[in-house]
Amino acid sequence: MTEPLQWARYHWQRLIGRTNTDDDERPYSYSSLLACGGKSSQTLKLAGKHRVVVPHLQLFKEEYEKFSGTYVNNRIRTTKYTLLNFVPRNLFEQFHRVANLYFLFLVVLNWVPLVEAFQKEITMLPLVVVLTIIAIKDGLEDYRKYKIDKQINNLVTKVYSRKEKKYVDRCWKDVTVGDFIHLSCNEVIPADMVLLFSTDPDGICHIETSGLDGESNLKQKQVVRRYAEQDSEVDPEKFSSRIECESPNNDLNRFRGFLEHSNKERVGLSKENLLLRGCTIRNTEAVMGIVVYAGHETKAMLNNSGPRYKRSKLERRANTDVLWCVLLLVIMCLTGALGHGIWLSRYENIPFFNIPEPDGHIISPVLAGFCMFWTMIILLQVLIPISLYVSIEIVKLGQIYFIQSDVDFYNEKMGSTVQCRALNITEDLGQIQYLFSDKTGTLTENKMVFRRCSVAGFDYCHEENAKRLESYQEAASEDEDSADTPSGSLSNMAKPRAPSCRTVHNRPLGSISSNHLTGSCFALESREGASEVPHSRQAAFSSPIETDVVPDTRLLDKFSQITPLLFTPTDEPTPDPPLETLYIIDFFIALAICNTVVVSAPNQPRQKVGLSSLRGIPIKSLDEIKNLFQRLSVRRSSSPSLASGKEPSGVPNAFVSRLSLFNRMKPASPVEEEISQTSESLQGSDNSACPTEIEKQNSDAGIANGKVEALAGQPLTSSLCYEAESPDEAALVYAARAYQCTLQSRTPEQVVVDFAALGPLTFQLLHILPFDSVRKRMSVVVRHPLSNQVVVYTKGADSTIMELLSVASPDGPGLEKQQMMIREKTQKHLEDYAKRGLRTLCIAKRVMSDTEYAEWLRNHFLAETSIDNREELLLESAMRLENKLTLLGATGIEDRLQEGVPEAIEALHKAGIKIWMLTGDKQETAVNIAYACKLLEPNDKLFILNTESKNACEMLMDTILKELQKNPASPEQASLSASLHQPPPTLQGSGLRAALIITGKTLEFALQESLQKQFLELTACCQAVVCCRATPLQKSEVVKLVRSHLRVMTLAIGDGANDVSMIQVADIGIGISGQEGMQAVMASDFAVSQFRHLSKLLLVHGHWCYTRLSNMILYFFHKNVAYVNLLFWYQFFCGFSGTSMTDYWVLIFFNLLFTSAPPVIYGVLEKDVSAETLMQLPELYRSGQRSETWIHMLVIVGSILSYFFFALVFGAMCVTCNPPSNPYWIMQEHMADPVFYLVCVLTTCVALLPRFLYRVLQGSLFPSPILRAKHLDRLPAEERIEALKKWRGPGQMDQLMSKYADHSAVESEKIPIYDPSAVFAAMSATACAVEKGNLAICETALDSDFSETKASGMAGPSKD
Amino acid sequence: MAMNYNAKDEVDGGPPCPPGGTAKTRRPDNTAFKQQRLPAWQPILTAGTVLPTFFIIGLIFIPIGIGIFVTSNNIREIEIDYTGTDPSSPCYKCLSPNVTPCICTINFTLDQSFEGNVFMYYGLSNFYQNHRRYVKSRDDGQLNGDPSALLNPSKECEPYRRNEDKPIAPCGAIANSMFNDTLELFQVGNASDLMPITLKKKGIAWWTDKNVKFRNPPGTDPLEERFKGTTKPVNWVKPVYMLDSDEDNNGFINEDFIVWMRTAALPTFRKLYRLIERKNDLHPTLPAGRYYLNITYIILNTLHVLFISSIVNHLHTVDKNTGTWSL
Repeated sequence: MTEPLQWARYHWQRLIGRTNTDDDERPYSYSSLLACGGKSSQTLKLAGKHRVVVPHLQLFKEEYEKFSGTYVNNRIRTTKYTLLNFVPRNLFEQFHRVANLYFLFLVVLNWVPLVEAFQKEITMLPLVVVLTIIAIKDGLEDYRKYKIDKQINNLVTKVYSRKEKKYVDRCWKDVTVGDFIHLSCNEVIPADMVLLFSTDPDGICHIETSGLDGESNLKQKQVVRRYAEQDSEVDPEKFSSRIECESPNNDLNRFRGFLEHSNKERVGLSKENLLLRGCTIRNTEAVMGIVVYAGHETKAMLNNSGPRYKRSKLERRANTDVLWCVLLLVIMCLTGALGHGIWLSRYENIPFFNIPEPDGHIISPVLAGFCMFWTMIILLQVLIPISLYVSIEIVKLGQIYFIQSDVDFYNEKMGSTVQCRALNITEDLGQIQYLFSDKTGTLTENKMVFRRCSVAGFDYCHEENAKRLESYQEAASEDEDSADTPSGSLSNMAKPRAPSCRTVHNRPLGSISSNHLTGSCFALESREGASEVPHSRQAAFSSPIETDVVPDTRLLDKFSQITPLLFTPTDEPTPDPPLETLYIIDFFIALAICNTVVVSAPNQPRQKVGLSSLRGIPIKSLDEIKNLFQRLSVRRSSSPSLASGKEPSGVPNAFVSRLSLFNRMKPASPVEEEISQTSESLQGSDNSACPTEIEKQNSDAGIANGKVEALAGQPLTSSLCYEAESPDEAALVYAARAYQCTLQSRTPEQVVVDFAALGPLTFQLLHILPFDSVRKRMSVVVRHPLSNQVVVYTKGADSTIMELLSVASPDGPGLEKQQMMIREKTQKHLEDYAKRGLRTLCIAKRVMSDTEYAEWLRNHFLAETSIDNREELLLESAMRLENKLTLLGATGIEDRLQEGVPEAIEALHKAGIKIWMLTGDKQETAVNIAYACKLLEPNDKLFILNTESKNACEMLMDTILKELQKNPASPEQASLSASLHQPPPTLQGSGLRAALIITGKTLEFALQESLQKQFLELTACCQAVVCCRATPLQKSEVVKLVRSHLRVMTLAIGDGANDVSMIQVADIGIGISGQEGMQAVMASDFAVSQFRHLSKLLLVHGHWCYTRLSNMILYFFHKNVAYVNLLFWYQFFCGFSGTSMTDYWVLIFFNLLFTSAPPVIYGVLEKDVSAETLMQLPELYRSGQRSETWIHMLVIVGSILSYFFFALVFGAMCVTCNPPSNPYWIMQEHMADPVFYLVCVLTTCVALLPRFLYRVLQGSLFPSPILRAKHLDRLPAEERIEALKKWRGPGQMDQLMSKYADHSAVESEKIPIYDPSAVFAAMSATACAVEKGNLAICETALDSDFSETKASGMAGPSKD
Repeated sequence: MAMNYNAKDEVDGGPPCPPGGTAKTRRPDNTAFKQQRLPAWQPILTAGTVLPTFFIIGLIFIPIGIGIFVTSNNIREIEIDYTGTDPSSPCYKCLSPNVTPCICTINFTLDQSFEGNVFMYYGLSNFYQNHRRYVKSRDDGQLNGDPSALLNPSKECEPYRRNEDKPIAPCGAIANSMFNDTLELFQVGNASDLMPITLKKKGIAWWTDKNVKFRNPPGTDPLEERFKGTTKPVNWVKPVYMLDSDEDNNGFINEDFIVWMRTAALPTFRKLYRLIERKNDLHPTLPAGRYYLNITYIILNTLHVLFISSIVNHLHTVDKNTGTWSL
């Protein structure tokens, strides 16, 4: 009974809460405060701002009722309506639409006797039908939600019952705040609760939050501090503490509060203690907690906003069209009114057919004319298509259905397809002019591969590792020749459809290429046949490409010098420990421990499930394959320049997707099933276990690298699986492992690292300062087991770390000098890495004295327990810790391009879409990625905007603009300011393309009002724009600027939380459901799994949806206008008296019945050009025409038949009904007359003749690209390819060729990374003040060839 | 529909769904329909494709056109304007409202004989039978013989619904303005004698109208009884049950009345008035010669422009005899 009330209250609260969102505290908390009456003033105050939770038990009954009276229970209800309020509420919502109001007005108008045109009731019919259809649709949607709600509400969980003194099963909906809940592994958490107990001896518990934010890695949660020490389960009976926490809010990453024991002792609560509703317990046998937020107040529910409603551009245009229709209608009605008045006044005497009023007098012509105006409005209402909106909605649903069922968007790895979250902007996909893309995770895979590192000023270029990566790519690309990539729609399009995924699977298992691809685990599996690696998300997370790192030989040499003796403080006259060696040790320890990686391993107590069934014999065969693979790869790696990425770099992903394909194909064995159910994270460890093995085996065999043999003979470390919050971290840990510095286990208290030469080291973990975007770094504080010192290891962005380095070294000036040298060299290396498109991180450390640490800890503790301003205090505290750092080195991690990105970008470019890349990365990294993904072409003219002041920025932009406008090749720029929104043609004859690089700081100036116009003018000249070092806010501002000032359709695509604002601002926001969680997806209109899907989404579906919908709307207006014109024309023959020449029912049904289905079917199914042609000719994106499918034909015929059927039946049934037209037997009479048919055919032909003539002339004299493409569609396959080549013209030939041709053919085309001749760079304000010719070219040429890289890499250290 | 709400995901991600390979795949079906590979047809309009089609269609229409042309050439038609706007017209006198009823006579000559069935139409110009309020002004229920509607006609008939407290039968403006000129045709014989030509009154209305839609009030009493309690339309001379002497063509099922009640779509229209049936194959229905038209002319109300125009005679060589001219 209370449920509806509660629900209503909840919604009311939300409503109020929304009005003052600035205020963090929701007003209803205050009302709840009033309700509870208040006790002491302190509690009162707290209760107002915070929530008090006490156990829902007899002991606290009184207090409980006082506090929890206003807390909602765990029943959720996402439905909008109830049975009772459905009709009024739905009607209320529907009449928000102007069109519906208009029709309501018409209905009312028809009740005015003077005006009445139809029978009163008939006018209501269209409105009623439309309202009913929408009501049914809403109702069904709501019912669906209701069913899901019901299902969720009735899930069962274990709640402590005082009566029975044990945990009993109870439905989710019956859980209330203050309940104790007991959950086992793999159970879903029913409400937000504070973790009080975990079976884990360390008091931690792992949860998987994929249901909430989509992140597949496990998150570690911590039992509330004092309870963590308890061994036995917390007895709810004895629980006597109160919890005070903040009022419900939707911030997933924040939970503040404290737990007050009965003795008034307070323990701080943080998000580490909070288990969120909707997450799953993993890796932990059982947990227990107390509910603090339930139902709609849980963070999951507060974060859940339904689908977004965006008004599409076409819909807005349709609205203006409707307005035009209204104008037309008014003109028609005025004509009618005037005509009627004049017609009447022509009769001096009252004619027969002008019927006097009942009282006998005749109304004057003027009044009659006035009435006629309204009558005509009713009569000609058909002009305003009431069913248009309904039809558009139906069409869009159909279009979305087809987009979602496109198999090309299916991602094998994630098991996901495209998600359409916004239901009504499908056709906007076909009109995109500007595309804003994030870099990391969007263009790139966000799969970090360790590439290089610099330790103590020496660069280790990891040549072998590079070769390994190269060979992955080559193996995959080689395979592409023989078999199609299963998910590669692009290649599927380009080639005749041949082997599907199944053939790949069925190929002989011994086939080399397939083994190459399947690499490790999967080759093993296919040999074994019976065993299987269960498919899971983790499979994707730790592919061998990331986990396998081949160590650098020179670095390994230096490792050999490491002995445990280094740390034994003896007085023996050993040569003073080389500083470099110490640095190396520290560096790798930092890599291994400075993170929040979760280690799962079979030998840990929690994970008892044996893995033995998985291992054993396979290793050997695996090893062999690996060896074979290594040999092949070494031989083949001739041009391993990975960063340049001229090769179609879709390859690695194809590889990965195949991995998962194998996974999916395997028959499930029951044993494995069980394992997978018991512990999901275990599967991850299963998968990644293999690479570990390989790695070990590999080093044993020493095939890849002779030096590795030195380390052979190490005992096989057990296979470990690392699950990290960010892929960078995992990459670093795997890199450390490659150097025998293996992270063994991690608990909140200690970290065990197995350092090859030193044996297992156990670090006491004192503190972790997690990563945040403000500090851009993270730190761990440990006690070093060898030196017994407190050491801070910090890892972070180079810019921040470099600032925090200690100026004065404590060890004297000599060391200081050395430090400076290391610093300089490292800085140089960092720049080098960045230019290669690597992500850089600096590693630093600080040694603290115990007293220093103790002091810091005290302050830090204060900060931690404060409820208000906690963030600021914590930040300050972190700043106190992370300074006076000693630089150890730097790492370079490669973020590989996603499969098919260059092709997609190329296609989008050709489609006339301007692409901007907005990234937070450094300029060099960004530019290189831009080159790699073909956003920038080798001969592009680069303009770099990097200034420190606004004036400089302005002048520089001026200079660049002049330079561009001077160019005769781009005449359209002259008229640019006049027509800013006219995108200049993408393919300029001379190939002169310009690109703009702008940094975040300069962007800030450019975004200021005074420079906006100039900036836009400048960007309009450029084919590509790269904004680097851009903040999320800047990203959204850029999008907003372009969107509002150029009035273009914009699309923003991104994958991370930093792209959310940009995604929301753009006309279309696309989220990539990748590794960085679901925030972007949640904010997006469409969610895809990879960037390359964008090309099909836009070029094919966008084009289709747009042509379909625009033509459908035209179709709609056309038929209505045609019909209304007929009615209007008739007025000239009936004295403008408002007679309709057909039956009123026919008139009404015209829109509702006879002509509604064909446009809808047309809108859903019409296909002007085939998907293949559209993909191959992106130029077609710019226009659209029409055609039919047989279904459309069928529906048209059906509609015509329905008219005849209706007319015949109506004519036969209705003897006296429906005055005045009384259709009795009219149709039958008509159809008995041959003249009727002749007239039907002839009028249709004659009416269409002019249009046909126009079409014919256009088609034969000036065929549009679409028309030519249609011709192409009809050609047989080979001719089509020929024709396509011709179409693209000679200039584009080689690009087409490269798609089919071997890679080696393309090799001659090197991608220059920064061609100095092409770079027109201006880095400083002073530079821009002078003439363009004098501008300093600040960028230096970078070697583009790998061999050179190698040389420089090798030469680097020796020179020093 | 990608609706909302992660509650669903909550369930999906929950324990009952094993994460292993048995989980239901979300891969869309690879069917022609779902992947939008249905065969599509579209006309590509270029001169090359359209011109031949055009010519073929043209060729098809040529014989049709010839057929239509021949047929229309075989139609004989004569039009006689008896409005009397011209002072020389014999009916000029009838324009004065004082002379009612007014009888005038018009002579005409057929140059060619009319064979087959001959149709006589009367035509009116600028008579807006399609006026919205005029069209509505009738009660189909009454005309269908509904006794209750007979005595209580529909409101649509206003102001021709009741007269002197009696319901009007048939009510409404259409019936009130019924065309009721009487036209008689005589052939002038060789000796200037007048031979009356039999004009068939029945068979001019649609069969369904006559037999289904229009019905007299039920009963076996004489019509006058059955129409008891009603009064004639204001403009009528005699009540509805006295329209014809033939019981089968009297009251509401009088065919002249039915034809009038089927309102014309355009302000200038003609309606079938009489049939002259062919007697035998040897003699033409109306041989060439002089004829004599006797018109009992009643001006309908105070209609100013009463342009009563024509008698149209159709001649179909073959026995095609449909009254396609009427609406």
